[in-house]
Amino acid sequence: MPSWGDNVKIGTPKETFEGEARVAMTPESALQLQKLGYECLIETGAGSSAGFSDAVYEAAGVTVIKTAAALWKEADIVAKVRQPDTTEAKRLREGQTLISFFNPAGNEAGMEAAKKSGANVIAMEMVPRISRAQKMDALSSMANIAGYRAVIEAGNNFGRFFTGQVTAAGKVPPAKVLVVGAGVAGLAAIGTATSLGAITYAFDVRPEVAEQIESMGAQFVFLEFDASELPDGAETGGYAAPSTPEFQAKQLAKFRELAPEIDIVITTALIPNRPAPVLWTKDMVEAMKPGSVIIDLAAERGGNCELTEMDKKIVTDNGVTIVGYTDFSSRMAAQSSTLYGNNIRHMMADLTPGKDGVVNHNMEDDVIRGATVTFDHEITYPPPPPKVKAIAVQKPKAAVKELTAEEKRAKEVAAFKAQTRNQVTLLTIGGALLLGVGLVAPASFMQHFIVFVLAVFVGFQVIWGVAHSLHTPLMAVTNAISSIIILGAVMQIGSGSYLVILLSALAVFMAGINIFGGFLVTRRMLAMFQKS
Amino acid sequence: MDFGFTTAAYVVAAILFILSLGGLSGQESAKRAVWYGIAGMALAVAATLIGPGSGLWILSLVLILAGGAIGYQLATKVQMTQMPELVAAMHSLVGLAAVFVGFNAHFELGNVMAMDEAAKKAAEGFAALLAKKDSVEISILRVEVFLGIFIGAVTFTGSVIAYGKLAGKVDTAAKKLPGGHMLNAAAAALSLLCLVWYFNTGGFLPLFVMTLAALFIGYHLIMGIGGADMPVVVSMLNSYSGWAAAAIGFSLGNDLLIVVGALVGSSGAILSYIMCKAMNRSFVSVILGGFGGPAGEQMAVEGEQIAIDSDGVATALNEADSIIIIPGYGMAVAQAQSAVAELTRKLRAKGKNVRFAIHPVAGRLPGHMNVLLAEAKVPYDIVLEMDEINEDFPSTDVAIVIGSNDIVNPAAQDDPNSPIAGMPVLECWKAKQVFVSKRGQGTGYSGIENPLFFKDNTRMFYGDAKKSLDELLPKID
Repeated sequence: MPSWGDNVKIGTPKETFEGEARVAMTPESALQLQKLGYECLIETGAGSSAGFSDAVYEAAGVTVIKTAAALWKEADIVAKVRQPDTTEAKRLREGQTLISFFNPAGNEAGMEAAKKSGANVIAMEMVPRISRAQKMDALSSMANIAGYRAVIEAGNNFGRFFTGQVTAAGKVPPAKVLVVGAGVAGLAAIGTATSLGAITYAFDVRPEVAEQIESMGAQFVFLEFDASELPDGAETGGYAAPSTPEFQAKQLAKFRELAPEIDIVITTALIPNRPAPVLWTKDMVEAMKPGSVIIDLAAERGGNCELTEMDKKIVTDNGVTIVGYTDFSSRMAAQSSTLYGNNIRHMMADLTPGKDGVVNHNMEDDVIRGATVTFDHEITYPPPPPKVKAIAVQKPKAAVKELTAEEKRAKEVAAFKAQTRNQVTLLTIGGALLLGVGLVAPASFMQHFIVFVLAVFVGFQVIWGVAHSLHTPLMAVTNAISSIIILGAVMQIGSGSYLVILLSALAVFMAGINIFGGFLVTRRMLAMFQKS
Repeated sequence: MDFGFTTAAYVVAAILFILSLGGLSGQESAKRAVWYGIAGMALAVAATLIGPGSGLWILSLVLILAGGAIGYQLATKVQMTQMPELVAAMHSLVGLAAVFVGFNAHFELGNVMAMDEAAKKAAEGFAALLAKKDSVEISILRVEVFLGIFIGAVTFTGSVIAYGKLAGKVDTAAKKLPGGHMLNAAAAALSLLCLVWYFNTGGFLPLFVMTLAALFIGYHLIMGIGGADMPVVVSMLNSYSGWAAAAIGFSLGNDLLIVVGALVGSSGAILSYIMCKAMNRSFVSVILGGFGGPAGEQMAVEGEQIAIDSDGVATALNEADSIIIIPGYGMAVAQAQSAVAELTRKLRAKGKNVRFAIHPVAGRLPGHMNVLLAEAKVPYDIVLEMDEINEDFPSTDVAIVIGSNDIVNPAAQDDPNSPIAGMPVLECWKAKQVFVSKRGQGTGYSGIENPLFFKDNTRMFYGDAKKSLDELLPKID
């Protein structure tokens, strides 16, 4: 595509961080960005580690720029992956927009530098976790890849099959995988491990994710509590808050119990800018079988496993491999660049409501406001709480599952008592009313009245059992049988008075329509119901 | 034949009717249940014709057959989508018949009272029964006749209006004459006055005045109820027609009428209760007129409705693994059920998991959607109730909303000031993608804006449901 010179330009430099293979723009996302009216630039070789050559970019209409300096100068918007290093931060200039991971909570200096330069910075990790913003939630897309890759790394270091097999050469037991932390990465790991055939267990401090875990095919590891003191772990943003000491002790005890039989442990418990909680202690590692593998996705923050060494793979004395890589998503650069590029592209789409190549940095918009950390010489971090609640308020329901046998029994007894009380009250009132009527009414009336009361009672008993889907047929049937009124008319038609004969003749006629119509229609309807 | 035989026949008929209703607990047993009902009715009528109703029995038989012929015509010709209208229309017949029978009872009573002792002894049939009554019993009889006529008259006009609303012949919006509930209350008070008057005098005039008042109540009550509440209204009228039959049964001293009337009455009452519960509304508030004003400022809906064409829908469906279809009254109006069934068949043939989610008040009659889908030969085991399927939406790729609105309105959960706040709804917006097939941008029967249509994962597939689906079908491969 020819360059028009005065178009707004989006540029992506080569990542400077050691070993970082991802790139923030792919040829595919560049095409989409051009549709929004932007011109795309890329530093030469930026995509090579992710498998995108300069030629492919050029074919997609992207201008290849020789040096990083020239690109930073040329581009009005810079999209990259890692937070800018000091050199890059210096290159920021007035009115330029930077979109990348920025870690604003731990990057005071970077924000100050950006503020001074007058550049607007959008931090991808700050995208609010609301459903509208999911398409630009880069943390989730990266975590998804990390979870997948963690299982693949584990398999690479694990000397056996995941799936159990019975072969001519002998029986192979299935691998047992424990995933700790069921965030996006954890769920992705669960899905991958189960699809490889492993028996997968998963733990999370939020009991309400049990359903998600089970939906991915793993078993939820429940902690048995005496008191119903389960902390309600779901807060705005969907992260787990640090739990109570009792809870932690319980959870470690459970892990200790599981350790000897688990082959692969994948830990994903990470809270941004806090040291990772130690969940897999030294003695648990020692209790594991030789050949077992631990993949620690929290290595960046010290690791969930006590023995994890950041960016290293170690083998303990008892033969347990502990992987502490921090670049799982970078290890799948082609995939992660594609997804990250799409996240950036969606962010640009939100920034360009007119699709006219003009950035409208709308600070009223929840998503854009939330992600922006510096804007127009101001630090705008932390953002105000989003107007839309992140997740619908969780209804606490976990406690229900934890009832002991006695409590259940007590509850049943109580329910039974309440029911009995209700029924006895109703019966007493009903009986008293009936007796009251019986006192004043003549016997001939009471005879019919008893029949009536019994019929109402039978009706109530019978109708509750009718299937919901059969309510229309029920209406048609009751309609048909309500034409029993015809009996009255038939009885009267033999009267001497002509007026009575006329009226009852009409009544017989109408009821006749109803009887036949009602039953036939019901039959027609019911004949249609069929099983697949 | 004497009355002993008739009574025995009545007992058997009553048991058959109870079995008939009880049999509706399952699809398969329901097919047998109808036959029980038919047998019970045939037995009851036959026993009456040769027993207490033998006078002019040929005329009765001819009239029944003539009525039956018309009923047969109606039942075989009616479209399944018009089922609500038909049921409402037939209720009105029962109501009117009850009024006539009630009047007759009054006339006969007058005749018998005028007779001297000898004539009383000679009286036959119904008159003979009346002749035996003492003065207290006659007073009670008057009350019973009065109640029978009152309920019958309310049922009659109510059903006629319900029919008109369902058939689109009367404006479906909730309407009231100036004075609103006061008019109803006044009419009810007038009826009560007439009861006292009639109780004391036994004249025809109070009966007639009351009938007019009751006819007015039926008319005005149902006029004041909006289209969305029709399922409740229809089952309520069903209940009324039963109580009318029971009241007439009392006045005629006929136990079978009492039993069947009570069965029908309680059945309708329970159905109404179930419907109301499904809408999170109290029965009284439905009966006393529509939705009422919103309690406070409703949430404004932000965003825009994004349209999509059939190509887009087809692509999404071809890629999806799990699909949930949510039909509503719009599907019935557009007669789109067979197109929906065809779509289901095609998608299922490709190994996709296609299911239907039915809200308890979808359509204009309880269970309306089930009947339509059954007519279009959608297997009933993939047609699920709200409670069975609501949890599955988050793991569903595509939800298709066909002509339903209020039952998929997230405002019921999110907006405490919404008029439908607290009503259980199908949480289709939790699916990855939602397509809404809808005629235009208007609101549903309840007139409430639906935030679902403005959600990011919602696409509007505008157009008549049947046309849209017919356009879509060839593109599913």
